[in-house]
Amino acid sequence: MKKYIIPSIRITIVLTIVLCVIYPVSIMLAGKLSKGAGNGETVVVNGKVVGYANVGQSFTKPQYFWGRPSAVAYNAVGSGGSNKGPSNPDYLKDVSNRIDTLLKYHPYLKRSEIPADLVTASGSGLDPDLSPEAVKIQIKRVAKFRKLDEQKIAALVDSHIEAPLLGLFGPPKVNVLKLNVALDQLK
Amino acid sequence: MNTELLGIIASFAITMLIAIPLGRYLAKMYAGEKIWTDFLKPVEKGIFKLSGINPNEPMNWKQFLKAMISINILWLVYGFFVLIYQDKLPLNPDGNVGQSADTAFNTIISFVANCNLQHYSGESGATYLTQHFIFMFLHFVSAATGMACAVAIFKAFRDKTATDLGNFWNFFLKSITRVLLPVSIVIALILTFNGTPSSYAGKDKFISLQGDTVNMSRGPAAQMIAIKHLGTNGGGWFGANSAHPLENPNYLTNMTEIIAQFIIPVAMILAFGFFIRRKKLGWMMFGVMMFGVMMFMIPTITSELGGNPLIAKMGISQAAGAMEGKEVRIGPTATAYWSVLTTVTSTGSVNGMHDSTMALTGLWQLLAMMVNGFFGGCGVGLMNYFIYVIIAVFISGLMVGRTPEFLGHKVEAREVKIAALITLLSPFLIMAGTALASYMVTAHANIDWAVKPSTWLNNPKYHGFSEMLYEYTSSNANNGSGFEGLGDGNIFWNVTTGIVILLGRFLPIIGPVAIAGLLAQKKFIPESAGTLKIDTLTFGIMTFAVIVVLNALSYFPALALGPLAEHFSMLK
Repeated sequence: MKKYIIPSIRITIVLTIVLCVIYPVSIMLAGKLSKGAGNGETVVVNGKVVGYANVGQSFTKPQYFWGRPSAVAYNAVGSGGSNKGPSNPDYLKDVSNRIDTLLKYHPYLKRSEIPADLVTASGSGLDPDLSPEAVKIQIKRVAKFRKLDEQKIAALVDSHIEAPLLGLFGPPKVNVLKLNVALDQLK
Repeated sequence: MNTELLGIIASFAITMLIAIPLGRYLAKMYAGEKIWTDFLKPVEKGIFKLSGINPNEPMNWKQFLKAMISINILWLVYGFFVLIYQDKLPLNPDGNVGQSADTAFNTIISFVANCNLQHYSGESGATYLTQHFIFMFLHFVSAATGMACAVAIFKAFRDKTATDLGNFWNFFLKSITRVLLPVSIVIALILTFNGTPSSYAGKDKFISLQGDTVNMSRGPAAQMIAIKHLGTNGGGWFGANSAHPLENPNYLTNMTEIIAQFIIPVAMILAFGFFIRRKKLGWMMFGVMMFGVMMFMIPTITSELGGNPLIAKMGISQAAGAMEGKEVRIGPTATAYWSVLTTVTSTGSVNGMHDSTMALTGLWQLLAMMVNGFFGGCGVGLMNYFIYVIIAVFISGLMVGRTPEFLGHKVEAREVKIAALITLLSPFLIMAGTALASYMVTAHANIDWAVKPSTWLNNPKYHGFSEMLYEYTSSNANNGSGFEGLGDGNIFWNVTTGIVILLGRFLPIIGPVAIAGLLAQKKFIPESAGTLKIDTLTFGIMTFAVIVVLNALSYFPALALGPLAEHFSMLK
């Protein structure tokens, strides 16, 4: 064994320099050219950062579109899902309560119109997106609280639907933060 | 066709388009033949010179394993102390504290072993220094260790009789310089240009649109996430792993990450065939493994797309599928696809929470890790499969009444004993661990520990049992994913899973390399009419049958108590 320990130590030191200094620093430098300069892409309103484009945030006020339930309350210092199993009675009660809350604010909805993503917690607790269906069912409520024309908001929602990758791969989605920022700017 | 389904078909197609040429490339590169990346030779020469290593020194199987074990012990000791004292070291902009001794014990074993079970959260339990200098470093070198050991097996069967299995350092370093590092650079660039942070800036603070004050963790994650997938490691930068929108910002990054974690396991199998000049054998092994993967894939996708039957009863729409623990931008189809590949390979990264998947999906995840030989981790997948093949050769030999042979070498008592011990090790570690934990939860739920066993489980009944079973299965398979509801951040889980990971990593490497070394030394027996041909469909089916029988016998009772019982209770 002794014969191998010294080379082990030496190659560990050399590789540490290559893999933990040269490699990550080069990527960091290249990343400066990306949107957000490698710090994460921010959303700015009136010169103020109001959030990160890819990271969901909490929307509870009725004049905003709501995002998905979050097991970490959108506290981005950490992240995580509920980790509740599919047959857990407490979890099923949570979902049932969320459906009731949703129906209270959207009395015009039929239960079968509620998409699952609006009443289930995301994996990261920071999901920035919703399915287009989950956004569309909120239009009427948002219009009512903003005293705005429903058609106008519907058009805004349509313009915020992001198509699948190359129009071919993956689900369509709506970024809730970007939509709400645009909503605030709507006159 | 549905765009989510198209997404996974495209992911698979691209994986194959990369893996086949990569397999050829690996075979040539490890054989030392001329190849286009030879311009890196001076760099390797320099590294060897600085390290005082002669990369051309032949090693027999014992010397090979000694070199491998020496450097791994070094990493274990050094990493343990860095984790404990991380708070006193630089690159800690968020002021995170040092890890406790038991957490560091578990963490360092887990990363050295290419397992990446994480009993800490990256946001608060590690610093930028430990994330890069320990975790990311180990991502590279643990993958390279596995690949180097697999190449020793390649070498053993290339020539008729051999005592030289090649030089460990040579295979080890080339795995990094010729594959892992260059491909990681490409992946890291894709990630950072799609929104994954790569700078060393610390936590950020802002006021959200609605007026809440939000703190947000960041950091140079792109670099680590690239190799985390390519090296089938799986240990993420953030707690939520690749479900986190900064680790996996969009569908393109999701495809990149799922392709990255599958190319080397596939390429290594094909490379084996190319290397020993038996292409057909490589493809036959690929065929058996792919068949196994499809056996997991189809029911997993079906059960996730079907949604949760208990939520269906509430009358809402689950048009997309089961959404608990999943991300909208990725969707249930790609999450199901990922959950199979991350458990058949030993990656263990997740893009959705496994604890919240359907009961049957959990069954396939568990079984994929129990088999642990369909592609498997970087290099080690081949070794696990090799053990199954030795058992299959032995049983076939008994059936026809001849001394079993593998590629022209007699398989005798000593080799079969090693193979049998390795086969028995997995069920022993998984069952003993789960039994011990279950005993604590039922008989000593309120014992006077800092974290009482009664608080371990996040879910009641069958699913709670599955959480414990999953933890030990994942540890033994060096997978690293978890049913994360389990309260595993305490001394009981840190120590027991740490031991399981250590044994589950090194014995299944030492065993196959020893068998290969022993076989290679034996006299070569030329092929005759009575030779068992191992590259035929018949032998492929035989191997598959051995895998099914061994795993069904070992694990059916435990699976019946966990996911199966939960599934049937939900149908009531």
